[in-house]
Amino acid sequence: MDKMPQWADVVLIPLISLLLAAILSALVILAIGEDPVAAVQLMVSGALGSTYGWGYTLYYATNFMFTGLAVAVAFHARLFNIGGEGQAMLGGLGVALVALMIPWPHWSIALIFAMLGAMAFGALWAAIPAYLQAKRGSHIVITTIMFNFIAAAVLNYVLVNLLRPAGSMEPATARFPEAVHLPTLHELLAPFGIAFSRAAPANVSLLVAIIACVLVWLLIWRTRTGYEIRAYGHSETGALYAGISPVKITMIAMLISGALAGMMAINNVMGEAERLVLNATEGAGFIGIAVALMGRSHPFGVFLAAILFGFLYQGGAELALWTSIPRELIVVIQALVILFTGALDNMVRMPLEKVFLAARRRRQATEAARKPAE
Amino acid sequence: MDFLTLIQVLDSTIRLATPLLLACLAGLFSERAGIFDIGLEGKMLMAAFFSAAVAALTGSVWLGLLAGVASSMILSGLHGLASITFRGNQLISGVAINFLAAGLTVLIAQDWFQQGGRTPSLIGGGRFTPIVLPFAETLRDVPILGPIYSELLSGHSILVYVAFLMVPATWWILFRTRFGLRLRAVGENPAAVDTAGVSVVGLRYAAVAICGMLCGIAGAYLATALQAGFVKDMTAGRGFIALAALIFAKWRPWYALYACLLFGFLQAIALRYQNIDLFGLVIPVQFMDALPYILTVVILAGFVGKAIPPRAGGEPYVKER
Repeated sequence: MDKMPQWADVVLIPLISLLLAAILSALVILAIGEDPVAAVQLMVSGALGSTYGWGYTLYYATNFMFTGLAVAVAFHARLFNIGGEGQAMLGGLGVALVALMIPWPHWSIALIFAMLGAMAFGALWAAIPAYLQAKRGSHIVITTIMFNFIAAAVLNYVLVNLLRPAGSMEPATARFPEAVHLPTLHELLAPFGIAFSRAAPANVSLLVAIIACVLVWLLIWRTRTGYEIRAYGHSETGALYAGISPVKITMIAMLISGALAGMMAINNVMGEAERLVLNATEGAGFIGIAVALMGRSHPFGVFLAAILFGFLYQGGAELALWTSIPRELIVVIQALVILFTGALDNMVRMPLEKVFLAARRRRQATEAARKPAE
Repeated sequence: MDFLTLIQVLDSTIRLATPLLLACLAGLFSERAGIFDIGLEGKMLMAAFFSAAVAALTGSVWLGLLAGVASSMILSGLHGLASITFRGNQLISGVAINFLAAGLTVLIAQDWFQQGGRTPSLIGGGRFTPIVLPFAETLRDVPILGPIYSELLSGHSILVYVAFLMVPATWWILFRTRFGLRLRAVGENPAAVDTAGVSVVGLRYAAVAICGMLCGIAGAYLATALQAGFVKDMTAGRGFIALAALIFAKWRPWYALYACLLFGFLQAIALRYQNIDLFGLVIPVQFMDALPYILTVVILAGFVGKAIPPRAGGEPYVKER
């Protein structure tokens, strides 16, 4: 029997956790001698007050949707994929190779193949830890951490020694050709007469990310594979008895996860920088963990949490610009969100369960008291 | 490579292995008691900052060390609260601690010192100074043994010697004391320990506290002995290399020493030579950087021996199901 109604589990607990994280963040801001209310106002006006702000917020949110979905899909199979960062880095390599090696006639065709490249490279980077977990029993958390570092070394080597254009000192690829430029929201919305900031980097990848949210929802809740993933995540032994192969599910879940993380590169590498640089991911792979936890691994939750983190990212950048609060405030907030929605989940859940249990008991008692009277 | 170069490389091996070793032994205590800890990096970073900050403010490196250890132990307490008391996911808690440290250190450093997230450079009493072992100067000119004694063994800060002494100490505590027996048991079969009337929660908190203390020393070493002051993200993945070394050592103290020395050696080589020319085959520096991680994956995959973690590791203990 459920102890709590579903809405409490899905909405109330994340909200309370978020509130706790927000209160603590406010205390941190107070402690460094700044005004939390003014800080929030600055963040809101900076991130949501203009189409320029929105453009950045949505650009970051696009990244976090991909990495959040990546973590979420793996979570459904009870696999904790910390390797989003490395998978996204390698996805960037896939995008760069596709964009640079072939003269594309139009961005739309280039985008499709860049997506395939990103997915292939991201999935490949997730496939090795997945295989080792499924076949050799090595812990996926540890191997994906190791693969993040290995990915950084690989990318460093490739950029310094192989892809760097002649005469350039910087470890980065050449600029992508003009033909593969992805239209920004400004270019997409202009035909409809909507004026959107020209400088903001949000681009057509946002639509791809939203489609990805829908597809992941379909996959997890409307397909046989999704059912098997959830069944495996719910009970490994149960799934085994039902004839679901752990090896198959681990591989499938991690390949999808890695492909989604890799897809992030179409936004940050192809859509924004238009060339591959070192550390292009800027920690988005890790923020995916917070996004997935807050979104309760549901694509719609991931969508909302990604926008919230996009807001935090852009708002935090504005804070760093106008006050003496460094950008690292976002990292602290991110840590608190992970802590409260992930690790300290029971701290919020236990007292709430007690409240709901007590309420139910009282209701039953009053019903029982009323019955004999009738 | 001539003899003196070899001595120099080995010397920096010892310096670089020290923080790895301390963090690795920290993880050893925690994981032997069944608490996975991927927050080693964060605790080290936090300790590095607070030790450097307090040493800079007070001019006393010992107060710095104390502050570093205290800050690391607070994070350990948080990890314990999440993973022991509230039975949360230990891995998620560790991830959160890493981020918390990465963010808070820069935030506080900026607030206190306004130097872009770093502390002022430590001078004088704010740093651990090298200890010259007896007769190191007089023995310097003895061939072979002289340089080994006076260059390699002498002239390190006290924390280096503490770290190396921690290896036999850890072995003794874990395998020769009652506390150690119970601590290992709680990582293998907590229900049995509980049945015997020993507090699982108490033991796990003790293990986590020791872990915090050792990580604190490791962080203080980084900021006040290896370097003079704190800079943003100065642990640079050392916590994860320590984790790798722990797996490499299969959760055993003496092997932890060898693993940390090996990884320290790899770091020393990568630091000294950019690209290594091995009989015409050039090994890029990036490969050397990645080698500890690659080796760990190979070990984890069971291609060279099998690394079996403590059986109850990662599982919160629930009394009476």
